[in-house]
Order: sequence, then structure tokens, then C-alpha cells
Amino acid sequence: MANSQSYSHRKLHSAAPGKARRFKKEYLWAYLFIAAPIIGFMIFGFIPICYSVYISFTQFDGFSSPEFNALDNYQELFKDPLIRKTALNTCYAALGIPIGMALSLGIAIALNQKIAGINFFRTAFFLPAISSVVALTLLWKWVFNSDFGILNQLLGYFGIHGPAWLNEEAWAMPAMIIQGVWGGLGFNMVLYLAALQGVPSSLYEAAEMDGAGGLQKLRHITIPGISPTTFFIIVTSIIGALQDFVRFRIMTGGGPNFSTMTTVYYLFENAFRYMNMGFASAMAWGLGIVIMIITLLNFVLSRRWVHYE
Amino acid sequence: MTVAKAFSMPSGRRENIGFFKKTAAYVFLISGSLVMAVPFLWMLSTSLKEPGVVFEVPPKWIPETIIWDNYRLVLMESNLLNGFLNTLAVTLPPTFVGLFASALAAYAFGRMQFPGKNVLFLALLATMMIPGVVLMVPSFIIYKYLGWIDSWKPLIIPGMFGAAGTVFFLRQFFKTIPSELEDAAKIDGLTPLGIFLRIMVPLSKPALATQAIFGFLGGYNDYMGPLIYLNSPEKYTLQLVLATFQDNYNAEWTLIMAGSVIALIPTIILFFFAQKYFIEGIAMTGMKG
Repeated sequence: MANSQSYSHRKLHSAAPGKARRFKKEYLWAYLFIAAPIIGFMIFGFIPICYSVYISFTQFDGFSSPEFNALDNYQELFKDPLIRKTALNTCYAALGIPIGMALSLGIAIALNQKIAGINFFRTAFFLPAISSVVALTLLWKWVFNSDFGILNQLLGYFGIHGPAWLNEEAWAMPAMIIQGVWGGLGFNMVLYLAALQGVPSSLYEAAEMDGAGGLQKLRHITIPGISPTTFFIIVTSIIGALQDFVRFRIMTGGGPNFSTMTTVYYLFENAFRYMNMGFASAMAWGLGIVIMIITLLNFVLSRRWVHYE
Repeated sequence: MTVAKAFSMPSGRRENIGFFKKTAAYVFLISGSLVMAVPFLWMLSTSLKEPGVVFEVPPKWIPETIIWDNYRLVLMESNLLNGFLNTLAVTLPPTFVGLFASALAAYAFGRMQFPGKNVLFLALLATMMIPGVVLMVPSFIIYKYLGWIDSWKPLIIPGMFGAAGTVFFLRQFFKTIPSELEDAAKIDGLTPLGIFLRIMVPLSKPALATQAIFGFLGGYNDYMGPLIYLNSPEKYTLQLVLATFQDNYNAEWTLIMAGSVIALIPTIILFFFAQKYFIEGIAMTGMKG
């Protein structure tokens, strides 16, 4: 009795530290494994973010030491007429989102039937998605060329005298929207195609049994069925559109007369051309907050229309 | 009889609708893919023309004399080839080292137990919520203090620490792998690193390939990073060199289009060899949303 008690006692003692040591070892491995991304996040994410908050309250040219100027930069956000102009331009450019979504859904629905050449069509629509934005933008700049571009030549066949696209204040932004929709179709099409294939066919069969027509099926089965993907596309497209900049810089340089200067383009100019780093940081935070509010709003509103299975 | 009728009637009707729907689908898809293809064909056609011929009205799709010389000129006289090598130098290390770092972290977050796991994972996910534009200015200033401006370091080093999006994607993937193999390996006394390298990596090759391809593509097509950090033309990446064509070859569209074609070729080759990974990778990205 005494013997067995002391035995179990000894066992308890010897087992506990061993087990603890094994656990600790696994923790150590785990911490080692996650170290790189966590350290990377600290150095290249957290520190710059904190620094950016500070810079946004200063006057800073990037070289001399930052001078604290309290809320001046943030007040300037509401005074600078170009902020308003570029914000409106950015919203105008975002009109491409619903157009592109409707078209890519249409293409995905068409591709979702049993048709020949699906690989060919998929590649044709998808190619811009993998292509360099610089190359595509240069290409479209040539397409939009008022005298020798292919677009106005094609319009000419129909007796339409095309505008000078990128050189006209009224037409430069529509041109950017056309280019953006063209470039973004493939990516959203692939997302929608995957979503369509995930809608259970039993739902369609049941609806057909009840005598539902094509449009009714689209409205009551397809669209609710793919709503999580629609939601994903809306959220990521808005975040992307609010930060769109590269193609504008190459295609129009923001002109004519600032008609295609986007918010991030103007931010870039403030930071790296006018060396107004404090104001640029305040702009970044203004835009960052707008993006976060819109994203949050999207999530709240999504409860009303997104159907998860 | 009635059963056969019940089955044949709707299917007959469906076939009819199917025919019209199919025709409509073909018309829509063919005209759509024409709209997609015309700019690319126009680029190719322009790149093979003599400079003056470009300004012909109406334009010819197939030039009378095909001028390959545009490609030779662009490759020999511009920095394009040098830019391509620079792009590989700044893209490959973060793609592979960063992928390894992300995969290790994804394994720990997906399959290991340790205190603070959820908090750390949420912190990492929070970095994905921060709009990239907020980081643009402070990163530049910090790299300036570090003496990294006009070097490749800002393009290479941060990426080597892995990316939150990749960690998230791979964590989801690792979670789907059954744990039997892992348990057996633990009994055999394999360390967590051994389990990761010998069991997890071989089982996740498609997911890792997808992330490697997207990582490479992002680096190859990046314009903003090199634009902000590089000043010396000899350090320019391919995209930056291509962008300078606008000013250097003012209105010489034959050369600008030849350069654009050259810049697109590597990604198009990559796409044709790894099409499956592209499509599945994007589809999976959408699913998690």
C-alpha cells in the first residue's frame, strides 16, 4: 500500500515536468514558426503606422525635422479644393464597379453552360488580369489615340466621329472607366464561375418543378446563391477603386485639368512631388478612415442581402 | 408511360430553351472575347509596323512588311533586358523566402497549440485591413533613415518576412489536411519542423505553387514600389523601364508597343503553364470571402 502510493507519487512527479517540457518545446517551435511574419508586421506595419499618425500632425518635407502643427493638415483636408475634386473623380471612376460586375456575371453565366471552347473564352477574358498594368495602360493609351487609335477608327466605320478621349475633360474619365472594366472582367468572372458551380442544382430542379422561368430562377436562386461572392467582389473592388492610381498616372497624368486625378494620385503628388509629407499622411488617414467606414458599412448591410448556406 | 412522359416533356422543353440560350451565350461570348482581343491584336500589329505606317488611315491589321526590327531596337537600345534581370533579382527572393516564412507561420496557426495564438493571428489579420496607402509615406521616410532609398532593399526585404494574406490562405489549406499522418510522425519522434517539411509541404504543393505564382506575378507587375524607391535608371525594374518609354520614345508607338509585348510575354507563358493554379487560386480566394 505504502509502496504503491510512493510509486504513483513518484510517477506523478516524473510525468508532470516531462509533459510540461514537451508542451513548452512545442510552444517554442510554434513561436519560432510565427516569428518572421510577426516581426515583419512590427517593423514594416506597426511602426510605420504609428509614425504616420505622428507625421500627420506635423509640417514635414521628408528631410528637415518634422514641425508639430496640430490639426492644420486635417483642417486643410476640408479647405483644399483639389481634395474635393479628386474625391469626386475617384467616386466617378468607381462607376466602373457595377458595370464590370454585371458584365462579368453575364460572362460567367454564359460560360457556365455546356458550351464548346470554354478554355478559349476563359483565357480571352482572363488575360488582362495577369498582365502588367503599365503595359495595358500604354496599350490603351494607343487605342484611345484620337487620330490614329483603333477605337476611333472602329467608331468611324459606324459613321461616329469619336471624341479625343484622353485629351477632353468630358471624355477622359469615361475612357478610364472603359479601360478599368475591360481589365477587371476576367478576375471577377473566375470568382463568379466558381460561385455558380457551388449553387446546388437541386434548387434549380425544384424551381423548375414549380414552373419557374429563366429570369425567376436567376432572381430567386442564382443571385441569392452567389451573394457571398458578390459581397466579396464589392468589398475588395471598393477598397481597390478608392486607391486606384497607377493607370491614371500613366494614361492621363491626372489631366486634362485634373479631371482624372484620383485621391491617391493627389496624395502621391503631395508626398513625393511637393514633399508635403505631413499633409499627405493626413490625406492617407482621411482616406483610410473612409475606406474602413465603407467596409464596415458593407459588412453591416450585408446581413440584409447576403445568404450563407 | 406516364413516368416516361413526365420525364421526356420537361427535358424536351429544356432542350429547346437550351438551343436559344446556347446561341445567345455564343453570340455574347464571341463578341465579348473580340472586345477583349482587339486591343491585344492591335498592340501586336502596331509592334510589327514601320514607324510611319502607324499613322495610316484606315489602318491595316496585317502590315504589308513585317518589321521585327522594332523588337531588336527595343531590346538593344533600351534598358528593358537589364530591367527584366533587375525584376527577377527583386522578385524571386521575397517570393520564395516570403512563401516559406508564411507557410511556417500558417502551419503553426493552423495546426499547433500555443498561448496567445488567437490574439497573434488576429493581429496579423488586422494588417490586412489597413489600406496600403497609409503605409506609403511613413515607409518611405523609415527606409530613407535606413539608407535604403535608391536600392532594392525596400522591394526585397519586407517581403521576405511573409505576407498576412498568404498566411491566411495557407492556414485554411493546412486545416483541411487530415491529422493521422501528423500523429504518426509525432509518435515517430519527428520535430514540428520535420513534420512541416516532410509531411505538410509535400501534401500542399498545389496551394504553395498557387501562392508562389501570385507572389511572383505581384512582384513582376509592381510599379508603385519601384517608382517610389528607385532613382537610378540602371536599377529600374522592367515595369519602370517600360513606363519611361512614353517619354523616351515620344509617340513612337511601334517601339512602345514592342516593349509592351515583351513585358507581357513572361506572364503569358507563366499563365499557360500554370493556368490551373491561377483559376483555382482565385476561386479559393473568393470562397474564403
